[in-house]
Amino acid sequence: MFWGSRKTIDMNYFPDEVLEHVFDFITSHKDRNSVSLVCKSWYKIEKYSRQRVFLGNCYSISPERLIARFPGLKSLTLKGKPHFADFNLVPDDWGGFLYPWIKAMAKSRIGLEELRLKRMVVSDESLELLSESFPNFKSLVLVSCEGFTTDGLAAIAANCRFLRELDLQENEVEDHRGHWLSCFPESCTSLVSLNFACLKGEINLASLERLVARSPNLKSLRLNRAVPFDTLQRLLIRAPQLVDLGTGSYVHDPSSEAYNKLKAAIQNCNSIRSLSGFLEVAPCCMSAIYPICENLTFLNLSYAAGLQSNELTKLIHHCRKLQRLWILDCIGDKGLGVVASTCKELQELRVFPSDPFDAGNAAVTEEGLVLISAGCPKLNSLLYFCQQMTNAALITVAKNCTNFIRFRLCILDPIKPDPVTNQPLDEGFGAIVRSCKGLKRLSLSGLLTDQVFYYIGMYAKKLEMLSIAFAGNSDKGMLYVLNGCKKLRKLEIRDCPFGDTALLEDMGKYETMRSLWMSTCEVTLGACKVLAKKMPSLNVEIINGSEQTEFNLDDRQKVDKMYLYRTLVGHRKDAPEFVWLL
Amino acid sequence: MEKEGLGFEITELRLGLPGGGEIKNEKKRVFSEISEEEENGKGNGKSQVVGWPPVCSYRRKNSFGDKDGSKTSKFYVKVSMDGAPFLRKIDLALHKGYSDLATALEKLFGEVLKDADSCEFVPIYEDKDGDWMLAGDVPWEMFIESCKRLRIMKRSDVKGFGVLQPREAVKGTLKE
Repeated sequence: MFWGSRKTIDMNYFPDEVLEHVFDFITSHKDRNSVSLVCKSWYKIEKYSRQRVFLGNCYSISPERLIARFPGLKSLTLKGKPHFADFNLVPDDWGGFLYPWIKAMAKSRIGLEELRLKRMVVSDESLELLSESFPNFKSLVLVSCEGFTTDGLAAIAANCRFLRELDLQENEVEDHRGHWLSCFPESCTSLVSLNFACLKGEINLASLERLVARSPNLKSLRLNRAVPFDTLQRLLIRAPQLVDLGTGSYVHDPSSEAYNKLKAAIQNCNSIRSLSGFLEVAPCCMSAIYPICENLTFLNLSYAAGLQSNELTKLIHHCRKLQRLWILDCIGDKGLGVVASTCKELQELRVFPSDPFDAGNAAVTEEGLVLISAGCPKLNSLLYFCQQMTNAALITVAKNCTNFIRFRLCILDPIKPDPVTNQPLDEGFGAIVRSCKGLKRLSLSGLLTDQVFYYIGMYAKKLEMLSIAFAGNSDKGMLYVLNGCKKLRKLEIRDCPFGDTALLEDMGKYETMRSLWMSTCEVTLGACKVLAKKMPSLNVEIINGSEQTEFNLDDRQKVDKMYLYRTLVGHRKDAPEFVWLL
Repeated sequence: MEKEGLGFEITELRLGLPGGGEIKNEKKRVFSEISEEEENGKGNGKSQVVGWPPVCSYRRKNSFGDKDGSKTSKFYVKVSMDGAPFLRKIDLALHKGYSDLATALEKLFGEVLKDADSCEFVPIYEDKDGDWMLAGDVPWEMFIESCKRLRIMKRSDVKGFGVLQPREAVKGTLKE
């Protein structure tokens, strides 16, 4: 070996193909980004071999630049609207349009195979163009999107000859009651995953049965409400290999022949590990699924409003291997106790409110959460809507579960103090961040002062996303977070007394983050203008309420909604009238 | 602000000791002001702040029913139960599904209707075509559109009933 000369121990001694093969093993986006920074040669190899790209903000780069950067693109993930759009805080037509991306990729003949979208506006036109432009297209996943109808789905079904996955989660889809399912040609036998639970309209049941019958690789099937019980039974007979099942309507007479047939069919489906649906449910029919419960790792009953606590607990008793549970709060604290004593493998729990507007009636309190924390030490992800919370409970939870990665607590009355001590919940959340060193996502609620932000800034060193509402006393609160949370990527704030001082203190910080949302805070138009001027790498958007057609030009005016994000391409061209780009 | 004379300047950005009543009132005032606005607009008596609680809009629309008062249509139907002296009326639109309906019927007639194993009653309904159908086969929305009246029939009567008989035969066996 020639140890003296630098050239001879240069990695570039290896042909590009070898390096490319090595890079194939590097799948994480972060790592691949790092690889491309090593040297020009690595940059080039990585660039042409990169197949999967994730864009957390579709406005951070333009379609054209993305394609130029990664011409070998096969799988694209795009996120559009800010998270608070989920809660009606962002007007329709704000943006996040898919069409320009499809148009650009079609034009450049990108070999797109997979598209995953969240909070994007997807038109039928874009779905049609998609279906016609990418012959190898295999997988379409749409989450919380809108703007399309079943006509767009018909185009996908008809034209994507090798389609493996069509996964529609919680989208607003206009149902034209056309026969989109019938548009899958007889030659289409490649389906692995089909989820149309969010569609409201009728489905051609015969087409569905034939489609399932000719899809031997089908592993995941989630039906909508219009698929009745006896069709479910026939589908299960044809697809006993299913791993993930979402039932449609689950209502029937338990003494009927159809019910007995379903019981038999389900018993044959011993690969099912994930169960959801029950969009309409007759509790007396639940016993039919007990045989598959013992193998379930994921159970989603969060849309099964017809199940009461005792029925839920009867079911849970059978689910000893559960890792993820999504449920309504009608399970109650006692019911959560049953979960705690049964589901020892539980990692993720989401408890949704069955009546979100009647805070006094929420059926779970801090007691349920404490029971869960005591019984399920592997818990790492929580979403919990409850009536009340105490500091003592949170401190206990922090002691019992140190592995939290995601901790989202929503007390239905957003400024409610600890009902026992009448104190704010600063100490409770402080205990959580101190104890859970790996915490990446946190949502706060209840009465909170600047003190909780002091704790967050001090201890939440791995925190990436923070959601705050009706909390804090002064700019200090926001500053603790901006200064202390080095890994912060997304910060969203509503109805807090944070203002210009906090916003402008460390403007460079926002370049290290994906985005910042502030609504109904104390931030003025003038400060937003200053920020926009000093930081050309950020887009600062002011979203005006629908009542305001003329922008008040007074800089001292407080802005209603501000959304800023880092970008490589400056102002977007598709902003509507009510969005002011500073 | 109700609490005056505490020696604090009343400004919007209040600094007070944690847990002090002043802070609670401050936040509560902001929150309740917002919710009063909403109440005046919607008049449903429950405090609703835009975007609170943070439940995503898809879930709101699809599990709780729209509580903004947009459900103005009513679906009142007569309900008879074998053995009960009086008929009742029930608004199907008020219920989210079959299970909810069963609970409501239980409240009206005092019988346990949900537990299938011990239940001696079967719910049937007369549809738009005049046929008597077993309740529960079709999706809820379809059911409330086509249901003209409900009958809670004794299970022991079912075998001799012939649920899908033509109209004339059915009329003869029904207790009006």
